[in-house]
Amino acid sequence: MNRSSSIDRRGFLQRASALTGTLLVGGCDQLSESPSFKDVLSRAESVTKGAQRLILSGKPLAPEYSEHELSKVFKANGSTDVDDPAYQKLASENFANWRLKVDGLVESPAEISLAELKSMPARTQITRHDCVEGWSAIGKWKGVPLSALLGQARLKPEARYLVFHCADTLEPNAPYYESIDLIDAFHPQTILAYEMNDQPLAIPHGAPLRLRVERQLGYKHAKYVMRIEAVESFASLGGGKGGFWEDRGYEWYAGI
Amino acid sequence: MLTKTQLIYRHALPIRLTHWINVLCLIFLLMSGLQIFNAHPELYFGNRSDPDRSVLALDARQEPDGSIKGVTRIGNRSFDTTGVLGASRGANGDLEARGFPSWITIPSYRDLATGRRWHFFFAWLFVLNGLVYLAYSIASGHIRRDLIPGWTQIKGIGHDIYQHIRLRFPQGEEARHYNVLQKLAYLAVVLGLLPLVVLTGLTMSPAIDAAFPFLLDIFGGRQSARTIHFLCAWGIVLFVIVHVVMVLISGVWNNLRSMITGRYRISEAANEP
Repeated sequence: MNRSSSIDRRGFLQRASALTGTLLVGGCDQLSESPSFKDVLSRAESVTKGAQRLILSGKPLAPEYSEHELSKVFKANGSTDVDDPAYQKLASENFANWRLKVDGLVESPAEISLAELKSMPARTQITRHDCVEGWSAIGKWKGVPLSALLGQARLKPEARYLVFHCADTLEPNAPYYESIDLIDAFHPQTILAYEMNDQPLAIPHGAPLRLRVERQLGYKHAKYVMRIEAVESFASLGGGKGGFWEDRGYEWYAGI
Repeated sequence: MLTKTQLIYRHALPIRLTHWINVLCLIFLLMSGLQIFNAHPELYFGNRSDPDRSVLALDARQEPDGSIKGVTRIGNRSFDTTGVLGASRGANGDLEARGFPSWITIPSYRDLATGRRWHFFFAWLFVLNGLVYLAYSIASGHIRRDLIPGWTQIKGIGHDIYQHIRLRFPQGEEARHYNVLQKLAYLAVVLGLLPLVVLTGLTMSPAIDAAFPFLLDIFGGRQSARTIHFLCAWGIVLFVIVHVVMVLISGVWNNLRSMITGRYRISEAANEP
């Protein structure tokens, strides 16, 4: 009697905990798919952005490392090549005919060749690249500070964001793009890199030009940059969230 | 023998409230944290995640017959953990490569973006709740009065350990206060493990590292911080298991009531031998 009741109780407890687990996970899945609950969760992003912008108000630099700390293998993530025939042609010519387009809300739109970019004052930095997945790699980047380019193009007063249009497509008909605001655009470590580890930027890493926006996660560092557009709002671009991964649920502000 | 008992007021409202909010936060933080971990189920020390230098990896290996095997590697030692770690059954019942199994992650399926949303929302709630707890506990004297053990208590720690091993817990007057093992365990969690899990979590943020680079020096790099964060999470799980077991064996309803209404039943001192 005693024995069977204890087995019953054990069975009950087992069933109860299994049920609780299923309800918890199932309930969380349902909540995860509910747009209004996601909106509630997403409010934390603006709190995070506000808090991080506050502590970054003195414009500190992201940590820089020394040569001996460089990663021996720097993982190339996301797109590692570009299918677009026009890009393929540019690559086969060693990007001699490639031009970076700077347009949108700027006083003097421009098309800039790689040689012209390389003749501008450059910044070299050894920084840590933190992927949203969790891994980190240290690389040496050389490129033109974005602020120098914006100084030439002269932003119109309405310009609030810079959108980076890229040649790669991670999904059919969804070209990669990214956006940053002016606080990050004018940060001294925000550069358009054309060299990595003292070599011309290789195709898996975004040749001929990629964005480095240190202090944010890897997906913000757009590769294969073809065009920089100054805009007032990115709501009408792509899925409206300001970037390829942002349109797929990731935070626009990727400081954490 | 009839034992006279009385209800004493043991837990103040702010303590009870922050306790249960903490329970909620820790459940969601653990489960969404494991979702985030699954995006790269390997741990390292230092700043870099060099592929050949991981200290822990939950791998999936393809067998010659096409099946998948879950392999947990700690240092140089590998264990077959098929079904739980490295490879476990997905929604369709097939084994698939996955660090932690779906029943312990939020969401159950692979969705890093949504896991992050859950994690950071409850991280904020957890931190704010923790600050309320600390502010109250310091201002009210809760930490000084109830958590920091007195000298006589510390000297009696050997006796307390012996009594705990025999599953004998303080009765009567002594039950009015936490015993020394309880005090030390709570202090270690409240002032040690929980602040550490927050700080190592923050150290993984590239923006925080720009503002407070000394965090990287304290923890030995971003990947070290990630490893310590992971260990802290399981340290908290370990504490919770012991905590719940102690609650169960030392009077589950009395303990539960005291954390809900604040009232805790003790036997009268007069009946103590």
